[in-house]
Formats: sequence, structure tokens, C-alpha cells
Amino acid sequence: MKSTNKLLVLIVVFGLIALAPLLITQESLLNIVIMTLYAALLGQAWNILGGYGGQVSFGHAAYFGTGAYTVAVLQIQFGINPWIGLAVGGFAASAVGAFIGFCTFRYGLRGSYFALVTLAFAEVLRILSNSVDFTGAGVGLLIPLERSAANFQFLTKAGFFWVIWAMTFAAFLTVWKIGNSRFGAQLMAVRDNEDAARALGVDAFRVKMGAIMLSGFFAGLAGVFYAQYFLYLDPYIAYGAAISVESLLVPIIGGMGTLFGPLLGAAALHGLSELSRAVIGDAPGISLVLYGVLLVIMVLFVPRGLAGLSSHLRVGKPATPKTEEGKGHA
Amino acid sequence: MLEINGLCKSFGGLQASQSVTLTVSQGGITSLIGPNGAGKTTLFALITGFHTPDSGTVRFLGEDITGLPPEAIAKRGMIRTFQTVQPFAGQTVRENIAVGAHLKIRGRTEALAKAETVAGLVGLGDRLDMDAGSLTVSGRKRLEVARALATDPKMILFDEVLAGLNPSEIRDVIPVINAIRDAGVTILLIEHVMQAVMSLSDYTWVLNQGAIIAEGPPREVVSNPGVIEAYLGKGMAERIAKREAASA
Repeated sequence: MKSTNKLLVLIVVFGLIALAPLLITQESLLNIVIMTLYAALLGQAWNILGGYGGQVSFGHAAYFGTGAYTVAVLQIQFGINPWIGLAVGGFAASAVGAFIGFCTFRYGLRGSYFALVTLAFAEVLRILSNSVDFTGAGVGLLIPLERSAANFQFLTKAGFFWVIWAMTFAAFLTVWKIGNSRFGAQLMAVRDNEDAARALGVDAFRVKMGAIMLSGFFAGLAGVFYAQYFLYLDPYIAYGAAISVESLLVPIIGGMGTLFGPLLGAAALHGLSELSRAVIGDAPGISLVLYGVLLVIMVLFVPRGLAGLSSHLRVGKPATPKTEEGKGHA
Repeated sequence: MLEINGLCKSFGGLQASQSVTLTVSQGGITSLIGPNGAGKTTLFALITGFHTPDSGTVRFLGEDITGLPPEAIAKRGMIRTFQTVQPFAGQTVRENIAVGAHLKIRGRTEALAKAETVAGLVGLGDRLDMDAGSLTVSGRKRLEVARALATDPKMILFDEVLAGLNPSEIRDVIPVINAIRDAGVTILLIEHVMQAVMSLSDYTWVLNQGAIIAEGPPREVVSNPGVIEAYLGKGMAERIAKREAASA
């Protein structure tokens, strides 16, 4: 697909999603749409670093949790408006990304070493937030209920919908721009072959730093949204492994390194967990079992994700770009 | 243009580069030959910042670039290619070349346009939208050349760009390299294909066991007894000379 066409599709898709609050009157149904958009935001954040940059992170909870705690702590301890907390939370998460990126990329950590270090950083933050007072330690933080739009606590789900819709749309537009820019070209070159990229003058360290900071920023926004939507945080919610797993599962299922992958992945995951709830009931942990099964199936049979599936389905066209077979030139 | 002075590098007990001193003058094609394991690729890696030398200096355009990272050296206009081709598989030929073009060009559209022009120069013009991973060996070699060329370099270091090609493919690529030289780019190449060394290069340096053992115009160098012995073994130069004397 050409990049201008992709942008057009993106605008149309988000335009259609924007009809949801007008068409859906049931709050519980709108909640599913909101949670899907939220998962797509988190997944797209991971996708910037993992999908486009090839740096697989097991610790995106570090950024998510930082965003969530920032908005909550600023509100509770300092009385700062959560809308300001939204911006501060994003940038604080981005700063955490810069720190983790500097510590890992500076020393050339790649692949599973990078993944393990990110996991460790998220765990360190979880333990820290569990032991200091201003994050409420193990008890967690309860954001006081004060329903008003000025306070980022809407009376209806539609208000939350518009916030998450705008943030997710912004993340997707950013990723579209990455796919169509020098930064993105260099990022993907580093992903596919770091030495070859450096030989062509790509500053791999700087490019990866850019990716981890952008990725951290959007994951932080998702964290801020989560805190305002549920008004409760504890170390396991904010910095626990569940968020790290969800943020990587969404783009892996949807298609890593593709613009629409995280949206497809989020829809598939939430569709599946809603379906399981309807069929099996709300047995604790059942959705995690399903996630595991789904991940195995996807990795085995559709390694390129749902976005890669579309090229398989196009009848009469080869799934991979045309090869040089039979074209042998002298 | 490129001056290397007393460059040393050892890996454990192995002296991969023993006080190598070598110069490449501006314009033209200089070649670096030597038997397998002589340290040619290591020398390239030392020049372009992929390895840091233990001692010695590398000067490019009068500036000391010893120990700079590869990307900093590339930005100064010296680009290397790899002996084992390294395409960005999964990306198209056009996108691959555009990565090189982006060194000097910020805009995406302009970089893609530049990639198209360069692809035409190296004979990849008809394969622009193909996945780089599905190119044949000769296509990948051309892609290496194209990516380097797209950066608008002052100097290119080709590491065995002709290895693995059949004779007719070599005949196709030689004019491409000549055309790059004619465009004003200085070339240093590592090559095993002697046909190419003889027909392309103006000056040759011979490396053996990490040290320079001969230099000069290619025709003189290949008849140098030290070079013959490095390739064929001790005493060979004498035996060849005897046989030639006998048949004369």
C-alpha cells in the first residue's frame, strides 16, 4: 500500500470508530470499544520500539506505570490537575525510556539481553513503588472521585471515549509518519541489520534512543488514561508483568512493524476475551490461558500477524513480493 | 586522500594487522590483494571504525579519524561494503537504497527518488519493488554498491564485490565500478578476482599475514617473487623462473 493510501485508510478507520459513541448507547458495549482503543495505544507504543526498531521489550510496564503513577501522585500529593498530569506523565515515561535506553543501547545490548534488562527495570520500579510512601506503597493509590470533565473524570463513558480515541489516533498518525520519514527508514535499517546501517552512516544509538523515548511517551499516556479511567493503582497493576505482556501481545498478534497491526491485535484480543467471558463465564485467569493459546497459534501459523494475513488472503496474488525466479540476467 | 600509518591490531595471540602503512591517492582505483586470512577485511574494519586499532593512525582528507565510530566516518564521506552481503531483508530494493540516500537527504520523497536514480546506474532499475531478501547473489552485490553510492561518498571501500559472481556477471559489474570512478569517487577494493584487479586498478597493495609485503602497479606486483611466494608457497618464485628460463 502506498503511504498516502495508508493515511487515507487510517483516517477513514478512525472516522468510523468515532461513530461508536453516537451509535452505541449501552455503556458496557462502549466500554469494550474504549478498552480496545486503549490496548491499541499500548500496543502501538510497543510497536514503535519492538516492531519498527526490532528491540523487543519485556518491560513496557515501566513506562505505563510511570505515566499512571505520575498523574495519580501529582493529583493526590500536590493537587495538580490531571490534564497537566497527562502531559507530565507522558514526558516522565519518556524520560524513563531515555534512561533505560541509555543504559542498554550505550553498551550495545541486543535481543534477549535487552529484553531481560527491560524486564528487570520494570520489576525494580514495581518494588520501589511497593516500598515508598508517596506512591501509597502496597496499599496503592485511590484517586478521589470528583466527576467533571475539567478534572479528567467524565460523567459518561463517551467523554473517556473521546480522550482515548484522540490519543490513539495521535499514536497511529505518529507511526504513519515514522513509516514515511528518514527517522523511520533508519530505524528499520537498524532493526534489519545494525552493522550495515552504521556503515551507511546511520547513528544506531541515536535512532534507538528516539524510538524508546517515543515508545515510552505513548505507553505513559496509556498509563495516565488507565489511572483516570479506573481511579485506582497499585504496584502490581502499574508495574506488573501483565501490562508488559499485553503491550507486546497486541502487536505480535496484529502484526509487528505494521501500522494497522496493533489495532487488529487489540480488536482480536478483546474480542476473544469478551467471547470467552460470554461462553465460559468470568472464571479468573481464563483469559490468560486463552492469550497463551492464541499466541502459540499465531506464532506457529501466522508469524507475520493479522496484518500479514491480508496478503495471504488476496486471491491470485502471491503472499510475498515477487521473486527474481526465471528472471536470471546475464 | 587516505593515509594509514603503523596500524596494529591483534585478537588474542593473532596479529591481524602488523604496523600497516598504506596510502590511497585521490581519484582512481586502488586495490588491496593478499591470500586468504591475510587481514584484508580486518584492515577495512579498522579503517571504517568497526574495530578500534591498538596503535597507529588513520587519516582521511587530512583529518585524523582513528577510533571514530562507523557512522561518523560514513558522514565524512567514506563508505564500506561488506564481503558477505547484508541486505535489509523484508524491505524493497528501493527502500534499501534510500537508507543510503538519507545520509545526505532529509526528505523521504527525495531520498526515494535518489534511490531510483542510483538503482538505474547499477542495473537494478527493473527490480526496485522487489524484496531485497529475494535477490540473487549478483543482485545483492549490486545492491551493496547501490546503497554505498546513494550516500554520495567521496571514497568507497569495496570488500570483494565480485566474489561469488560468474564470469559474465563480473563483466557486467566491472563497467559499473569504472563508472563510479569516472564520477570522481576514489575507490579502494579488496579483490580475489585477478582479472578485475588487473583491469580495474591503477595501484595495488599486497597484504600477507597482517603486513604489507609489496606495492606498485598491478602488473609489476604480480611478478614480484615475494608476492608469488605468499600465494603459492616458499620456493615457488624460483621454480617458476627456472621453468620460464628453460622454455625460453
